[in-house]
Amino acid sequence: MRLVPAKPLALFGGALACVLRTTTLLAQDRTPSTLVPESTPAHQIFDLSIFVVAITGGIFLVVGGLLAVALFRFRARVTDPAGEPAQIYGSTQIELAWTVIPVLIVVILFLTTARIIFAIEDAPKPKTTLDVTAIGHQFWWEFRYPQYGVVTANELHIPVSSATAPEATFLKLTSADVIHSFWVPQLAGKTDLIPNRVNSMWIDPEKPGLYVGQCAQFCGSQHALMLLRVYVDTPEQFSRWITAQQQLARQDPAVAAGRRVFETQACMNCHTIMGTAATGRFGPDLTHLMSRATLASGAINNTPANLREWIRSPETFKPGALMPAMQLNDEQLDEVTAYLETLQ
Amino acid sequence: MSSLPLHHPAGATEWHLPSKRRVGMSALIAGECAIFTIFVVAYVFYIGKSLTGPTPRQVLDIPIVGTICLLSSSLTIWRAERAIEEERIAWFTLWLAATIALAAVFLIKTILEWKELIYHNGLTISTNLFGTTFYSLVGLHASHVVVGLFLLSSTLVCSLFGWVDSRQSERFGVIALYWHFVDAVWIVVFTVVYLIGR
Amino acid sequence: MGDYSFPVSTPIEPSATASEVGTFLERLHGWVVTVDHKRLGILYILYSTFFLLVAGAEALLIRLQLAWPRNHMLSAQVYNRLFTMHGTTMVFLVGMPFLFGFANYIVPLQIGARDMAFPRLNAFSFWLTAFGGFLLYYSFLGGAGLYGMGNAPDVGWFAYAPLTARSFSPGHATDYWALALIVSGFGTLGTAINIVATVISLRCKGMTLMRMPLFTWLLLVVSMLTLVTITPLTAAQFMLLIDRYLGGHFFDTQAGGSSLIWVHFFWIFGHPEVYVLVLPAFAIANEIIPVFCRKAIFGYPAMVAASLAIMFVSLGVWAHHMFTVGMTSVSTAFFTLSTMLVGVPTGIKIFNWIATLWGGRIRFTTPMLFCIAFLFQFLIAGLTGIMLSVSPWDWQLHNSYFVIAHFHYVLVGAVVFCIFAAFYYWYPKATGRLMNETLGKWHFWLFLIGFHITFDTMHVLGLLGMPRSIYTYQPDRGWNLINMVVSIGGAIQGIAVLIFAYNFITSYWRGAIAGDDPWDAWTLEWATSSPPPSYNFEELPEVHSRRPLWDLKHPDDPDWEYEA
Repeated sequence: MRLVPAKPLALFGGALACVLRTTTLLAQDRTPSTLVPESTPAHQIFDLSIFVVAITGGIFLVVGGLLAVALFRFRARVTDPAGEPAQIYGSTQIELAWTVIPVLIVVILFLTTARIIFAIEDAPKPKTTLDVTAIGHQFWWEFRYPQYGVVTANELHIPVSSATAPEATFLKLTSADVIHSFWVPQLAGKTDLIPNRVNSMWIDPEKPGLYVGQCAQFCGSQHALMLLRVYVDTPEQFSRWITAQQQLARQDPAVAAGRRVFETQACMNCHTIMGTAATGRFGPDLTHLMSRATLASGAINNTPANLREWIRSPETFKPGALMPAMQLNDEQLDEVTAYLETLQ
Repeated sequence: MSSLPLHHPAGATEWHLPSKRRVGMSALIAGECAIFTIFVVAYVFYIGKSLTGPTPRQVLDIPIVGTICLLSSSLTIWRAERAIEEERIAWFTLWLAATIALAAVFLIKTILEWKELIYHNGLTISTNLFGTTFYSLVGLHASHVVVGLFLLSSTLVCSLFGWVDSRQSERFGVIALYWHFVDAVWIVVFTVVYLIGR
Repeated sequence: MGDYSFPVSTPIEPSATASEVGTFLERLHGWVVTVDHKRLGILYILYSTFFLLVAGAEALLIRLQLAWPRNHMLSAQVYNRLFTMHGTTMVFLVGMPFLFGFANYIVPLQIGARDMAFPRLNAFSFWLTAFGGFLLYYSFLGGAGLYGMGNAPDVGWFAYAPLTARSFSPGHATDYWALALIVSGFGTLGTAINIVATVISLRCKGMTLMRMPLFTWLLLVVSMLTLVTITPLTAAQFMLLIDRYLGGHFFDTQAGGSSLIWVHFFWIFGHPEVYVLVLPAFAIANEIIPVFCRKAIFGYPAMVAASLAIMFVSLGVWAHHMFTVGMTSVSTAFFTLSTMLVGVPTGIKIFNWIATLWGGRIRFTTPMLFCIAFLFQFLIAGLTGIMLSVSPWDWQLHNSYFVIAHFHYVLVGAVVFCIFAAFYYWYPKATGRLMNETLGKWHFWLFLIGFHITFDTMHVLGLLGMPRSIYTYQPDRGWNLINMVVSIGGAIQGIAVLIFAYNFITSYWRGAIAGDDPWDAWTLEWATSSPPPSYNFEELPEVHSRRPLWDLKHPDDPDWEYEA
């Protein structure tokens, strides 16, 4: 449902948006810009914003223009007559006019806005949707797919929604500790994750690809590195991904030493690896760690060197992260890294 | 340039402004109302939301005696105000002493109530949401009663030394205004805690 | 300017001997124990100027950190303390004290009184505020000491629960925040009570409420608003301390409590607070604009009504800071409407100022330049505020750099610009000397350019998805160049403020002698000497209109014949 701006002044707002849009598109092809919406809520917000810019832009031109004219026309000149200018104390008609007109503008603006509020917040849930539960932690994201029994972290995979095969994703949002906020600007406005409360939002991305965002409510020392990556997959890609995620962890005897390190050095107290004895819930699920492009909630790329250093000392990349350095020696580090590298 | 213009409207009118003391105390009361409102809102919001522990119905008895004493003290302080305005200082001292006595009874009843709640019922500020909001709200009010008691007792001492006469009636009126506020807050707290919340 | 009939008093000559002026220690003692509203006003202003420089330095460090992506000049911990302290300092130790300091100095003079209603409460309030600031900054020395910035608060100036709970914020950083603000909050409350009582009860003969200068009217409104604004924060901070130290559960989600009620209570304070900060800016503009365009303010009764409307409506908009917490659509719609409505009286004020300028003879002195910039900037700030009030758009813009740009546009573009205007306008009254106009113009233009470079471009960062409160950002998000531009603008503003500081200090000894009424103004403070004697007026004046000095200077055409 798109809002088509009717005012001519929308041209101004539209032109401005085009300029900004092109600038961001030239920069890179995945962007956290609010000006490149790719999902219905984001589109509705963007279209509404053009309308608002048109109105406020018009007000700015009129009022600012009057101000500029007044400053120019009535500046003190040497040729002014002596004495003071005529003292005008007020005018009931003028004051009434400039009270009524703003109130009317407010009414129009409010009614237009209210329509979008209800469209987004009270949208009825369609029959086929993907349900995802997002749980915020300091400083990572837990994603659960209740319909599939899948638990993953930090990188969200959802199916694309096309006109012929609409597939919205409905997210339930809550927090395990402090208040966070889920913000992927191209897909929707942000919604907060609040402990002891379940919020909800929905998105229906129209183009496959990677969409980025990050936590938008200050949540502690590493709030800045609580990044979001949302992979919008084609139906086939998504089906492959979810099936892979449903598998238990790979059991490779070559890395048995590493697995022993993992289980005896208290890693399993915080992390889950499905199909093993590790069922910790405090940290991210690592069952398919190697299916992710990044580690530490987007802070670093998922390479063996980075993974080893992260385990050795999380402080290196994310000082203040709640994962402690377990004081492993070099041999243990090599072994446990090799083990984790097998978790496709 | 002429001196002060003579032909102006309203030459020699009376110029009465409200007493600065009353205005100041009213402003303070407005601020205090806002503080109490926040604590009352928290109390009301958390009614029935405690996960554990004693509930209001289980442990709270309606403090009838204390309430009657505190609200009566508004009457006695009003009589004291009348007395000081009319220079009847002996009566003023008596009514003031009565006010203090009634307030003291209220405070003692509160102390006894809290002793019972803490030692008998195991309800402390950290027990559950009810405990937290109850002790904060009732305690905030009680602390205001204590301050009022201090103001009233100081006045009583001054009066017993013979230092008080009708010229201090405006000052005493300001203390009385504070005291009426404290009583009005108790009406709200009483209603919210002992009537609605139980 | 001529001589007029108000008796003018003789201040002590600068060349007076020490036995008349007192030794240095005696003079210092005089300042410490003073209850004179003028001295306390100056103390407030010096105090807030000091913290303006400190918080400004904190801002420059923030901008230095953010000029490049993945910058590790400052650690996350240090950065989080810096932005928390920057915000807390600017609101509580700069904004409020400046405005109450100006109120302290000017209000009794403008209403023809000798002092505030409660001079000793005045002094007590100042020292409480000062102690609160000292306590807040002492936090830098706690914990690990200056390394890592000690125990300075690091939870944001808004200190959301449950981040502030003991489990998530061990140590004393949060406690310094809460306690320092509780203490200075009581100081603020005392001053607000004082101003209300002074304005209601100490006006000189003939000065009805509708004959008061608009500066005084607005400070009355601000003080009334403060009474019910700062107190909810104090209450919430007590609740926080009860949770942290007495085992309370106000914000404890594990015990069934709600972290959201902190957010509600904070913004019930936080929104009216920004009106407490901006209404004095209007007050200053209301005095300066008429004088420098030589016309009475247009629509005085409407200005009063609009100020009262703002005061009342601003109490009902707080949840526009909470559009993303998952409120019902009806609540969202309500707060959208109330926020848009508060823009109406605010807009009316702008129209009134333009109508005041219209038909006038505008003199572009430094104070007037700052007020003109204020008019443009406040217009823009109001319009970006309207954008943010559109709640669906706010779901994108909330907690982004768009919001930071908007509120700095108000707090710097409106409030700080008007504070600078007020300095240039009333400095001659307080010191007897004019500030240097050339340096003033340098200050103005540099500050204006720097301000716009920083805050105009900052809006774009928000539109491009950059959230606030982050100590660094990824290089592939398209934010790099704009952040650098924003930071450069900050540096330019810093230079401008240094020019101002130099002017402020040196003009005390080298400025041109001002006389009683250097601007040819119309309110009572210009009817006494510069600086005024400690008793303000030899005889308390009697007034018959809103501009008593206009009446004296124009006996053929006095204001009372035109005022309703």
